[in-house]
Amino acid sequence: MKRQSYDGVVLAAPVTIPYTRYSTETAHYWIARALRETLRAAGLKPTELDGFSVASFTLFPDTPVGLTQHLGLSPRWLDTIPMGGASGLAALRRAARAVQAGDVDIVACVAGDTNHIDSFRKLLSSFSRFAMDAGYPYGYGGPNANFALLTDRYMQEYGATREDFGRICVAQRANALKNPHAVMKKPLSLQQYMDARPISDPIALFDCVMPVAGSEAYLVMREDEAIKRNLPFAHILGTIERHNAHIEDPIQLRGGWTVDIDELWEMAGCGPDDIDLLQTYDDYPVISAMQIEDMGFCAKGEAAAFIRSHDLTVEGDFPHNTSGGQLSAGQAGAAGGFIGLVEAIRQVTHTGGPTQVPDARRAAISGFGMINYDRGLCSAAAIIEGAQS
Amino acid sequence: MTTPLTPPPRKDPLKRTVSPTQPPVIRSRAALGLTAMAAEGRFALQTCAECGAVQYPPRDACSACLSTDLPWWDIAPTGQLLAETTVQTSVKQYFRERTPWRVGSVQLDAGPVVICHLHGDVAANARVRLRLLLDRAGQGVILALPQERTDHMADDPELRLMSSDPHLRRVLITDARHPFAPDLAAALQTAGATLIFAGEPENWLPNPNRSALEAAGAEILPLDVTDTKSVERMAGEIGGKTDILINTARFMRPGGVLARGGTGFARDEMEVNYLGLMRLAQAFGPAMCGRTADGVNSAVAWVNILSVHARTNTPGFGCFNASQAAAFSLSQSLRAEFRGAGLRVMNVFTGPLEEDWYQPLPPPKVTGPALARSVVSGLRDGLEDVWCGDVAKDFEERFCKNPKVLEIELGQEMGE
Repeated sequence: MKRQSYDGVVLAAPVTIPYTRYSTETAHYWIARALRETLRAAGLKPTELDGFSVASFTLFPDTPVGLTQHLGLSPRWLDTIPMGGASGLAALRRAARAVQAGDVDIVACVAGDTNHIDSFRKLLSSFSRFAMDAGYPYGYGGPNANFALLTDRYMQEYGATREDFGRICVAQRANALKNPHAVMKKPLSLQQYMDARPISDPIALFDCVMPVAGSEAYLVMREDEAIKRNLPFAHILGTIERHNAHIEDPIQLRGGWTVDIDELWEMAGCGPDDIDLLQTYDDYPVISAMQIEDMGFCAKGEAAAFIRSHDLTVEGDFPHNTSGGQLSAGQAGAAGGFIGLVEAIRQVTHTGGPTQVPDARRAAISGFGMINYDRGLCSAAAIIEGAQS
Repeated sequence: MTTPLTPPPRKDPLKRTVSPTQPPVIRSRAALGLTAMAAEGRFALQTCAECGAVQYPPRDACSACLSTDLPWWDIAPTGQLLAETTVQTSVKQYFRERTPWRVGSVQLDAGPVVICHLHGDVAANARVRLRLLLDRAGQGVILALPQERTDHMADDPELRLMSSDPHLRRVLITDARHPFAPDLAAALQTAGATLIFAGEPENWLPNPNRSALEAAGAEILPLDVTDTKSVERMAGEIGGKTDILINTARFMRPGGVLARGGTGFARDEMEVNYLGLMRLAQAFGPAMCGRTADGVNSAVAWVNILSVHARTNTPGFGCFNASQAAAFSLSQSLRAEFRGAGLRVMNVFTGPLEEDWYQPLPPPKVTGPALARSVVSGLRDGLEDVWCGDVAKDFEERFCKNPKVLEIELGQEMGE
């Protein structure tokens, strides 16, 4: 059956609360701040909000249910998204359909996590059953080791080099230098990338994200609500989502996007050439390379050549992770699954400020989440377009 | 090529001994099946009883057909290395202290992909042989090794940490009067143990084993496991340099309950076989637990030689077997108490030994060299449970099939 379009549903009020390396505050604090900002942009009181979607790893012992009382909300529609790097797009898909069906008027989609001195280690130790049983006992390298294995195989299979991955990181650092809230403030050269301290070969320091505290939010509502509230907004042209794709692949060299990509572009009514900027989930550069391929911007195995022949900065011919992405702006837990989408909403509504891509109209966003054992299980993508004014 | 280990320099008594840390210990119940298989040196994975799909990581339902009947079957321990990494930094202290740590992704010929420890001699994209071993948390983990033997391969740092290899270690055999003590000492010497101590009760009396023990390089010291002071004295002297303790102390007489006229022998059996073990553990255990991260000659294992009838009794040696059951039960407590330090308890279960007290029993019986081989190979493989000899292996198979049937059969054997 042909999927229904998202006509009449829009995204608005993108909010990023500046990240900090460590925080003594809680996830509740970070979520409250992002929620407050996004509601303020729309002129909404907390009690007027009727839809709430939350993604967070560090809320324990609370769930979004407890958050409603904690934050004084009385929603008639409540969602929790445990999909890590795919959570922003998964939240969008669920909220958009609920708004479209009239179950709810406005959904605030929020992701936030704190980062205490020891919270990354604690988060790792309880991440998933398979990771506990069959991942961590092997060197406890966490995601670094998982992605190192995958990177090793990708390099063998497609002849990509560390320099190729370095180009992604260097371009994102250039973008981050324009973003006053990025955690990374110093320029990064390809030589510095190559010379960096090894973490889990072939992964070195600048291939890894820095865990930080922070939060992100946006609103999903009907188009007439956005116009009434005088909010710049973006249309949703198409979305896809897939979990545990390609079970038969012995090692992950492609993600779930490849299963559904034709449907995404067909639903969006456009193709990769019509896209002004791409936001990939960049916990490691190999994953961004994989998304560039699997989203259809180049053929499988050709991301390295694509990266070599394109400029991935804000001013370049292929703007990518324009706020610096997680690699340079930081990974704020589940908010890492929102950073690309929230930045894309800013870009296509021309509210990007210092990282704005001139005349950006259409953005592609892809998400990737949850290394349950040996691979990321969740993948999602969306094409959004700024409203013509 | 693995760099061969060299004897460590004499320990500087002013230097702090490194505190033991542990690899991750928490597992799901299903994953403990790996540990149970590793404890006996088996390479087994859950295999769907309905569709035959081999599962990994361990789980509660078949990922091919959703059946919940997932017995553990031995599978081919072979596979293909797909990718590798060397972890250079880890948030877990145990690995931080031991980086670089090599890890690989291996596709088993049986199907699943395993992330596993990777022996240093495995070449890129090589075919590998896999073993299921206990790590220092006492949990089952998979290690990929080269298909063919390589020089000094046991000295690989990852493999060494998962074994209790006597090479370059110091061993105490607690009873120099045990008929097989000389065979044990000789095997340990051949395996590269640097010091072998043998405890001798009543050492003013002649000991027929003495010359053979000395020929195997053993140093004979007075030790009586029924005397707390004697045990404490010996622990004070050599407890800080005992890396492997092999408890051979044993008192035995034949007979079940009715065959004996009183409780005298049973008291002696409990005094040596049960309380003796307890005294040794109380005196040597803490020092050994404190030295499990002490470099090449760290404390590594505690070995009990037990009659297989510790698990199910037989009236021919009914009262002796009861003391063995007590010792076995105590060993389970000890194993749990030592686990936090990474000190391994290995129980070697034997059938009747080829010696005087078992003289009336029919063959097959366990010889001294056979017991010594089982102990050394069990240590090298880092096992927890070793079944030594045909009788013990037969016992184990029957015990696994149906312990109640075994109890009845063993009771009948003596009636014939």
